[in-house]
Amino acid sequence: MNTMETMKNTNEQTKSLEDIFEAKIARDEKIEPKDWMPEKYRKTHIRQISQHAHSEIVGMLPEGNWITRAPSLRRKVALLAKVQDEAGHGLYLYSACETLGVSREELYEQLHSGKAKYSSIFNYPTLTWADIGAIGWLVDGAAIINQVPLCSTSFGPYARAMVRVCKEESFHQRQGYEIMMTLCNGTQEQKDMAQDALNRWWWPALMMLGPTDDASTHTEQSMKWKLKRKTNDELRQQFIDQTVPQADILGLKVPDEDLKYNNETGHYDFGEIDWEEFWQVVKGHGMCNKERISARKNAWDNGEWVRDAAVAYAEKQADKEVKEAV
Amino acid sequence: MKNKKNWPLWEVFVRSKNGLEHRHFGSLHAPDADMALKNARDVYTRRSEGVSIWVVESKNIKASNPDDNGEMFEPAADKAYRHPTFYELPDDIEHM
Repeated sequence: MNTMETMKNTNEQTKSLEDIFEAKIARDEKIEPKDWMPEKYRKTHIRQISQHAHSEIVGMLPEGNWITRAPSLRRKVALLAKVQDEAGHGLYLYSACETLGVSREELYEQLHSGKAKYSSIFNYPTLTWADIGAIGWLVDGAAIINQVPLCSTSFGPYARAMVRVCKEESFHQRQGYEIMMTLCNGTQEQKDMAQDALNRWWWPALMMLGPTDDASTHTEQSMKWKLKRKTNDELRQQFIDQTVPQADILGLKVPDEDLKYNNETGHYDFGEIDWEEFWQVVKGHGMCNKERISARKNAWDNGEWVRDAAVAYAEKQADKEVKEAV
Repeated sequence: MKNKKNWPLWEVFVRSKNGLEHRHFGSLHAPDADMALKNARDVYTRRSEGVSIWVVESKNIKASNPDDNGEMFEPAADKAYRHPTFYELPDDIEHM
């Protein structure tokens, strides 16, 4: 066979593998790590799952900031548990991602070098205790809306990780709402604090669900692969419809003059999102981008001696076992 | 300059309660088996999900290849006589 024919045969083989693959997804069958998959499917999943993992890890930083200053022991243990869950979620997701043949070290390197992205929401500062309430209520609320459809995504390890994450996430949102509730039932100053937190977190939470469908470069392919089950705009509308009545119960005002229930559509109409701000933050010019990455890098670098010592200890123990056996 | 040794990968299996089998829960990195167990406790059983944990270094697992699923699993597909419904019995027979 000449080279041209070999190439043609390889192309045809790939084509038929791809057909089998597409048919599997169409039948709602899961794809497992060792199954054949198009290179683009693999790469896209590495990108999305690792971004998701990075978001959990960086997401610990704005909240960790308040652990020592939580107003009561009850709040402190809850916040500690929440932050610990986020570490756990990051770890579930990293290991799901590694099944696609990328190493943990490569993933960390991509985060630390700025090559990989994480959710832009974590580049906003947490100025007051009410921010911890607003994050649980709004940020975790938006995350749940984003994550629930992912429990049935096509890649098995990602779907299984998401099932675990979603089970644990609902406490995060409830503890946040309870903080808001307590503040709203408190003094005028506390209520103002809650309103101020809502004012600052509302729009970033809406942006968190991603660019509008017409501006989202990955949506079409991701929907086809069932990596995404709902579009960004659908998720955003769902979030708004769910959250506005919750703000009403708190007696807080959502900072959007154009927000109005539309009797015809059964949904809330809402105002223009400042996408310029979103892209600025994504590109690294948010308020805390530098601080977040440097905190993360410091944690990694300063922990290096601990990791090395653990390896040295493990090797010593293994040596000892061998010697004792002889 | 660094002779970097990364923590190996471990697979984690958890028995959720006595009477049930250990089930694969996920994986994690740890320097040795003892640390893998401790990390597994923190990562996979924060809400009383288990009463027993197994960890095994991932490199020790030999997995079948999905490309060979034909030879591997199809021979079982045409052996209906291994199932009770293959056998014809009178309708009024009981306890069988």
